[in-house]
Amino acid sequence: MSERDVADPGSATPGATSTATAQVGGFGGRQASLTADAWRELRRNPLFIFSGAIIVLMLTIAVFPALFTRGVDPRDKQQFPCLLQNTVARPSADHWFGYDIQGCDYYSRVIYGARPSITIGVVVVALSVIIAVVVGTVSAFYGGLIDTVFSRVTDVFFGIPFILGAIVFLSAIQGVEILGFITLDGGVSTVVIALTVFGWTTLTRLMRSSVLSAKDMDYVQAARALGASNRRLMVRHILPNAITPVIVYGTVSVGLIIAAEAALSFLGVGLRAPAISWGLMISESQLRITTSPHLLLFPGLFLSATVLAFLMLGDAVRDAFDPKLR
Amino acid sequence: MAIDISDRPLPADRAGSPQLLLEVDNLHVEFRTRDAVVKAVNGLSYSLSSGETLAILGESGSGKSVSAQAVMGILDSPPGFVTNGTIRYRGENMLTMPEDQRRKIRGRRIAMIFQDALSSLNPVFTVGDQIGEMFRVHLGMSKKDSRVKAAELLDRVRIPSAKDRVKDYPHQFSGGMRQRVMIAMALSLDPEIVIADEPTTALDVTVQAQIMKLLSDLQQEMSMGLILITHDLGVVADVADRIEVMYAGRVVEEADVGDIYARPAHPYTEALLKSIPRVDMKGQALSTIPGTPPNLARIPAGCAFHPRCHRAQAICATDEPEFAQVALGRRSRCHFWPEVLDAQR
Amino acid sequence: MGRYVARRMLQIIPVFFGTTFLIFAMVFALPGDPIRALAGDRPQPPSVTAVLRDRYNLDDPLLVQYGKYIWNLVQFDLGQSFRGRDVSNIMAETWPVTVKLALTAFVIEIIIGLMAGVLAGLRRGSFIDNLVLISTTLIVSIPVFVLGFTAQVLLGVEWGIFPVAGLREGYPQSYILPALVLASISLAYLARLTRTSLAENLRSDYVRTAVAKGLPRWRVVGVHTLRNSLIPVVTLLGVDLGSLMGGAIITEGIFNIPGVGRQVFLSVRTQEGFVVVGITTVLVLIYLLANLVVDVMYGMLDPRIRYE
Repeated sequence: MSERDVADPGSATPGATSTATAQVGGFGGRQASLTADAWRELRRNPLFIFSGAIIVLMLTIAVFPALFTRGVDPRDKQQFPCLLQNTVARPSADHWFGYDIQGCDYYSRVIYGARPSITIGVVVVALSVIIAVVVGTVSAFYGGLIDTVFSRVTDVFFGIPFILGAIVFLSAIQGVEILGFITLDGGVSTVVIALTVFGWTTLTRLMRSSVLSAKDMDYVQAARALGASNRRLMVRHILPNAITPVIVYGTVSVGLIIAAEAALSFLGVGLRAPAISWGLMISESQLRITTSPHLLLFPGLFLSATVLAFLMLGDAVRDAFDPKLR
Repeated sequence: MAIDISDRPLPADRAGSPQLLLEVDNLHVEFRTRDAVVKAVNGLSYSLSSGETLAILGESGSGKSVSAQAVMGILDSPPGFVTNGTIRYRGENMLTMPEDQRRKIRGRRIAMIFQDALSSLNPVFTVGDQIGEMFRVHLGMSKKDSRVKAAELLDRVRIPSAKDRVKDYPHQFSGGMRQRVMIAMALSLDPEIVIADEPTTALDVTVQAQIMKLLSDLQQEMSMGLILITHDLGVVADVADRIEVMYAGRVVEEADVGDIYARPAHPYTEALLKSIPRVDMKGQALSTIPGTPPNLARIPAGCAFHPRCHRAQAICATDEPEFAQVALGRRSRCHFWPEVLDAQR
Repeated sequence: MGRYVARRMLQIIPVFFGTTFLIFAMVFALPGDPIRALAGDRPQPPSVTAVLRDRYNLDDPLLVQYGKYIWNLVQFDLGQSFRGRDVSNIMAETWPVTVKLALTAFVIEIIIGLMAGVLAGLRRGSFIDNLVLISTTLIVSIPVFVLGFTAQVLLGVEWGIFPVAGLREGYPQSYILPALVLASISLAYLARLTRTSLAENLRSDYVRTAVAKGLPRWRVVGVHTLRNSLIPVVTLLGVDLGSLMGGAIITEGIFNIPGVGRQVFLSVRTQEGFVVVGITTVLVLIYLLANLVVDVMYGMLDPRIRYE
């Protein structure tokens, strides 16, 4: 028997879901793992179903907007021109959300606004989670100097209020070219970078404290006594258990990042015209709000619903993973 | 007519002839959860006199802790409900008493000691505060006086440097010392009845012995009635006068301590005694009770123990046994108790 | 305890420098020429540009610039804006406004948030519990600027209950609505945290003991449970004060309040680097100190915390 087999009996059962059981005894084939339990719990939760449905809807809108607008593409001003004479017209049977200030069909703009916002939310959180997992785990596991350095760096970024940092950063990097071909000009990539730069800190701290408490658990000591290498300990034993709070908060973060992007666009430093963003649309509606409330209402509604869905999803996921609530 | 029993002066001859303090009669407690109704206590009856130590013995899930909580009136309700029976303290049924009356009895006349002292004590208050609170709330004593009393109590439960330790927090004590603090708190107002719910389960064996001795000494000093709830037969032997063995929410055997250990009259008690490892059995396989305690939402028909009983016969699955009188002061809930008794000769 | 505080203050120092340097670098190292922006469309003679650049150390290497800035900072000289105003004057005008706004929001948040959280936590599953849960979820989902906007339109323009913008009405009228909006999200989080914390603590063993001791219900909840439940709440509040300052940016923008938030935003737009750095430095300082206070308080509230 090779040393590797002794180190982790869990690898003896090939079909085991790696994230499911972080136990030293290889009971990988069992159905009663935390993830399986959590999934079962989730499926029964009306909150999950409701929020999940909204998210699936929004994702579909983001990926296939043309489906919902029946082919109308507001970015193509040739084919679908905005006629000033239609300015701020009210919703009607033909144009469900009415028109905006420039006479563009509002419905298609709101629909097309989903993609940039949701993309930003998902990408920023995905990147942040990766950074958080790597930095948090390494930092907490090895401790010592590495931990001190990373912790201070995290503190430094934490010290800047999120919105402020994003505003300064976004203004500062306008027009910069990176990697020779990406110009940061107020598009999605600009905002993604800015939000990631300031958004990775909370998740990293969460991961770090989670790993810190997992590190002392008996099952880790047991695995170590059986000869597991550091890397194996981190990846197969600590990580699956410690990552739960990060998953929960990450889900919530998607909503928060979407809201942050909208806020930045609202302030004029995020996505800029001709990009379509809910935040931008709300910003433009400022002047006409009393006369044409529909300008605020529809993007506001979609934005709030999306954020709400992610928050509820995060709540549902947290309840599902919490064994105390059974 | 409501009599405020907590204000009634205690009889002067408390240390003299034993009096009947507590009578539990046909107690039924159930828990109504989303999925099922769990019958935790099904017809429990016992009595307790002053100076007497009653041990309630049973596995986890036998209903022993729940019954104690019902007596104290601290049942989590919902989802727990007392559905039948009476609990009489000095003749008054506590279940029909108004709550504020009952509250005055709680802690003052009937006190409880919990299993895990670390989680049962409030972590943010000093030990002196928590013990002193009893005097302040029930007797209206001043903070300074209650602090003095608390130190006296700590001394009484044999905690060294009591006067200094009064200012410490629960987490600053070792397990055994913490349990003494719990005992001190429970005994602070000289209660008539003390219910100790698994007081030594979380402690080392040597500390267990010390705590049990402390309890027993204090009980004799104060002539109180002690209800000892435990699953540990070893703990019971030295201290208890009488034993009620519980299974699936009811008493299956009740007897004096000496009688039960010498000759059990119920297969469950018999099996429990047999499962204690003994030095002279070295080299032999350990004896266990097959199966697991029943799901209290689905108690087996007939005798609840029959699926695990090696003496079970057809009648056991259909007819619930009567609580038969085996001898004076002894009862057993088994169709075949005479056989069990004879087997011990 | 004193040793702990001293050690933490030592930790704060590198973080303080790190954060201020980060801001400094973002403002001055990345592209964008403030002098040119100042000139606008008019061409500027090179000699003037050179003098201006020298005055503000713009040609020095970044670290040197930063060093000079810190050196001045220690002597309480925050420099000047590119338009020639003393940054300290600008700060003296705008900080009091934001402080008033933030403190008002803080008070509102505590009163409403705590009350709602306690009521909901005590009566889990009741109507009020669900009401609090739903309303806080809604508040958190609706972005602040939408909320602020809607509030401004409805309560200010349409129904005229509060002034729409500006500080004309002075304190408190002009501050109430913006403070409410600013407090809204924090209030929601506070209520939820209080609710959860209280509900959890009500289920704990020591509460069972307190009941078994025959203590009256108000004492069990008000003294024993509350004391434990409030520990995480207090720590949240401490950190929140710092974040309220940051959140003021949007609120001051919507309601046109001449505070630090709006100032920093305008300065970013006009590339007034020294103003931005000046304001941010103070913000960072407040935030770090607030964190320290929270940590110390946490230790005072929970005797189980030991300071290594």
